[in-house]
Amino acid sequence: MTAATLAELMAVAASEAWRDNGELLASGITTLPRLGASLAKLTHSPELLMTDSEAYLVSEPVPLGPRGDYQPRYEGYLGFERVFECVWGGKRHAMIGPTQIDRWGQTNLSVVGPYERPKSAVLGVRGLPGNSICHANSFFVPNHSPRVFVSGEVDMVSGVGYQPQRWSAGMKHDYVDLRLIVTDLCVLDFLGPDKWAGRGIRVRSLHPGVSFEQVQAATGFELARAPNLGETPLPTAEQLAIIRKLDPHNLRGAVIKNDPPAVRSAA
Amino acid sequence: MALNKQCSAQEAIAGLRDGMTIGIGGWGPRRKPMALLREILRSPLKDLTVVSYGGPDVGMLCAAGKVRRLIFAFVTLDAIPLEPYYRKARESGAIEVMELDEGMFEWGLRAAGMRMSFLPTRVGLASDVLTRNPQLKTIASPYEDGEVYVAMPALQLDAALLHVNEADRLGNTLLRGADLFFDHLYARAAQQVIVSTEVLHERLELSAEQARHNAFERYLVQQVVHAPGGAHPTYLGPDYGWDLEHLKRYNASASEDGGWQRYCEEFVQPGEATYQQKIGGAERLAKLKQPVF
Repeated sequence: MTAATLAELMAVAASEAWRDNGELLASGITTLPRLGASLAKLTHSPELLMTDSEAYLVSEPVPLGPRGDYQPRYEGYLGFERVFECVWGGKRHAMIGPTQIDRWGQTNLSVVGPYERPKSAVLGVRGLPGNSICHANSFFVPNHSPRVFVSGEVDMVSGVGYQPQRWSAGMKHDYVDLRLIVTDLCVLDFLGPDKWAGRGIRVRSLHPGVSFEQVQAATGFELARAPNLGETPLPTAEQLAIIRKLDPHNLRGAVIKNDPPAVRSAA
Repeated sequence: MALNKQCSAQEAIAGLRDGMTIGIGGWGPRRKPMALLREILRSPLKDLTVVSYGGPDVGMLCAAGKVRRLIFAFVTLDAIPLEPYYRKARESGAIEVMELDEGMFEWGLRAAGMRMSFLPTRVGLASDVLTRNPQLKTIASPYEDGEVYVAMPALQLDAALLHVNEADRLGNTLLRGADLFFDHLYARAAQQVIVSTEVLHERLELSAEQARHNAFERYLVQQVVHAPGGAHPTYLGPDYGWDLEHLKRYNASASEDGGWQRYCEEFVQPGEATYQQKIGGAERLAKLKQPVF
């Protein structure tokens, strides 16, 4: 088996987001988060619910891309209307890739630049306001940089976070639950010294060959450092075999520029 | 009772007025009433408020300068994530927007369908959806919890445009795709519903199993337009997939000088019959595979 790529390492890191979540809907949106959720279900967390990314619940994660003879194993139905009901009930953990993230964990998928005449119109807030206020969320960043991890607030707060000025008396933030951020440099969590003071985001592990200083330099705000800060684990042979079976067309190879190896010095 | 609601797309669209609020069913590049949309593009209609989980419907209406205000949560072509003409309109400040969470949007349609002025939700709080839409108000629970919610106002539609797999002249409809999306809620939120249909029957005669694909009652439907291929280039499950080749061409037109003009001259202006011929007719539709997600 060839050495793991960075994308494969990130898929494994992403799968950790869904460990010990219990029975809930695991929604990994776009290639690597979806591989992460699929890997979680096939290894440490078989109790997770997943869909075919269209409308049906499946008992086994469906492979990415054209499926050939593969027949999805349906176990139920979860159209969009029911997904929204699932969201509001809180039984979901989603991982998506926002355009911007700030120190309070607020995310943006709408526009970059001034709201009236944005420099770049992206997708729109989509379901981020609802996801972020109702259930657990993790994020995926394929290009860790100060353009993503912005120094101030994100340009259009789509997903809410731990920003006290945004919450007035009587607004319930009990269900805001931000977990992991998997980037091409490291894994971050929200267990820093004071998340309600913009000091929650913490480096949990560094990918092989990456230094804390490098991550800090690529981030627009001050990061905390986990006391037991270590290296993000390389995929095991079993994990690699599962990832490669789930992604037979190597869509993961197009996620990170030039598809580098997991151990960068080996390049 | 009008037992025959069939009319032409032209007749149906001629009933719409400048400045109306128009809901468009489907989701992104899925089950969009594109034949009705093309009819709007050929009409003089303008200053529309468009309410849509947006795909190429929103892009084309923006490109044609028909949109005064857009009520939306996203605009995307899925396989092509960024909708080029929506982006142009949004970035140049050419359209007013009311940007909502996907679920708030559903709540607004539901409120309208239930003839409520609003429905409460936690969704939207602490986000810029509230700061960018100062018309959205909050409301405190009258019970002892006192929790503060967004009072999501009803999204009342003057008209809704929907495309269905099958319908009859009475306005009975079948949606046989894997997902209803929110078409049934658009139907309830609207004063007037125009349905275009892939297959038109004199009267639907159904088994109980087939009848479960009926998502809203015929009393909601005022007009039925027979439009085979009417969702092209979007995905109409289970009849045909989206036409990625066509969507790519449409997308590319946005970066060419006079690209929209040329797209319109080639595909929109000559009329629906010519459109269906140009895209390769029923034979081509039959070859468009269901997308894999």
